[in-house]
Amino acid sequence: MEEWLYIQTEVYPALLKGFWVSLELILPSAICGLVIGILVGVLRVYGSRPVMAAANAYVALFRGIPLVVQLFIWYFGLPYIGIYLSPFTAAVLGFALCSGAYHSEYIRGALLSIKRGQMLAAQSLGFHKVQMIFSIILPQAIRLALPGCGNEIIYLIKYSSLAYMITCIELTGQGKILASNSFKYTEVFLMIGACYLVMTSVAALILGRLEDRLRLPGFEHHRI
Amino acid sequence: MMPAPILRIENISKRYGKKDVLQGASLEVNKGDLKILIGPSGAGKSTLLQCINFLVKPDEGRIWLDEQEVHYAHKRDLYAYRQKVGMIFQDFNLFDHLNALENVRIGMVKVKGMGKAEAGERAVMELERVGLGDHMQQYPAQLSGGQKQRVSIARALAMDPKVLLLDEPTSALDPELIGEVHAVIRDLGNNGMTMIMATHQIGFARSLASEIIFMEDGRILERGTPDKIFNHAENARTRGFCSKITELYGER
Ligand SMILES: Nc1ncnc2c1ncn2[C@@H]1O[C@H](COP(=O)(O)OP(=O)(O)O)[C@@H](O)[C@H]1O
Ligand SMILES: [Mg+2]
Repeated sequence: MEEWLYIQTEVYPALLKGFWVSLELILPSAICGLVIGILVGVLRVYGSRPVMAAANAYVALFRGIPLVVQLFIWYFGLPYIGIYLSPFTAAVLGFALCSGAYHSEYIRGALLSIKRGQMLAAQSLGFHKVQMIFSIILPQAIRLALPGCGNEIIYLIKYSSLAYMITCIELTGQGKILASNSFKYTEVFLMIGACYLVMTSVAALILGRLEDRLRLPGFEHHRI
Repeated sequence: MMPAPILRIENISKRYGKKDVLQGASLEVNKGDLKILIGPSGAGKSTLLQCINFLVKPDEGRIWLDEQEVHYAHKRDLYAYRQKVGMIFQDFNLFDHLNALENVRIGMVKVKGMGKAEAGERAVMELERVGLGDHMQQYPAQLSGGQKQRVSIARALAMDPKVLLLDEPTSALDPELIGEVHAVIRDLGNNGMTMIMATHQIGFARSLASEIIFMEDGRILERGTPDKIFNHAENARTRGFCSKITELYGER
């Protein structure tokens, strides 16, 4: 009985609050990350040499440094050059940039797999490069990259839990506070794990629906 | 006085590494001509056609359309020129994510800036012209090779080209599908479309070509009427190739 009361009055409100903060972190990070990933992916394949090099350097940097370290740099490092970000902004910035680096890798692979004939045909109609990329190549590449990008979004949901490290108290942060006050680590973190499982499952469902909606004859993923 | 040629190609050369793929090819095409390029595989037919609309940048040579020289280094000129020179590829190259109607429409909308409705009407017209009025909603993956090639012809025609380049348009097709594509091309010829076409279908070439051009090793070795090339060729290589290809592809 006492357990139940504790859950109702302490755990539930705290986790709900944390859950909303998590969602507020994840949604803009996922969207910005995807947009960054598409742009960077395009630049890595079709950019001029210096642009390509810069885009590659971005990916090397943001894939190569642990995300926690990146978050620390945005939150604790930027003030040294006079830029103060809120914990929330620093977290979204860190997530979006990191996620974008990974997305760009999937997009790049998909762009490279589009047959050269598609470009020849577009050029022969008088398309210029940007038009060709955005109306012929990308719509095909995104369909091919979707499973990979979806996977990255699922990852993002989970690594959003790092935000509490820079004092943005989301789901995991709330859990940590609850658990250290009550010493009910197992119970609290089981509940938190279940919350993440719900989020990732819903995301997987939405991504699956999206794949179905974008599916066209000739772009199916064949199952044996 | 002879009318000025609609397309003039002078001394086009292209090399890849050490290999001279095109060595000074020149060509004059008058309105309504159907020039047929023949020659063994590797002769440079595809490269010549791709040089004509600068999908491959020639190392040397000049091109005039309607007596206007094409300055292909100027992007704006290049894009404008390409709209006027349609290209049909051996493997169709339809846009895989668009259905037949959208394939034909997209060039008009994105390149010419036409409204979707107007472009859609024109696309319907062009698809009906190539006999695909019933297949407008189908995606490339759902069309046969012959149908795909006809969509690609409709897509090129929708841009109102002055010249159409066709690179072995029936080589990737099953024999029973060749006829439907040839019928469309024949129709275009009868309606005065100017075309340059590489093909091995000599029956078709013989009955419709205004001139046959024999290429080998990046050079134009001989040119003339179908009768001259197939029956009275001066060059021994031309004769050899013609007899071989007649054997292979027969009289159609
Ligand atoms: N991108 C390229 N790089 C190197 N060699 C090429 C390239 N494209 C064509 N070639 C070579 O140029 C020659 C002519 O090719 P092509 O124009 O395709 O001939 P055809 O169409 O008459 O069969 C061939 O020997 C081919 O190997
Ligand atoms: Mg060829």
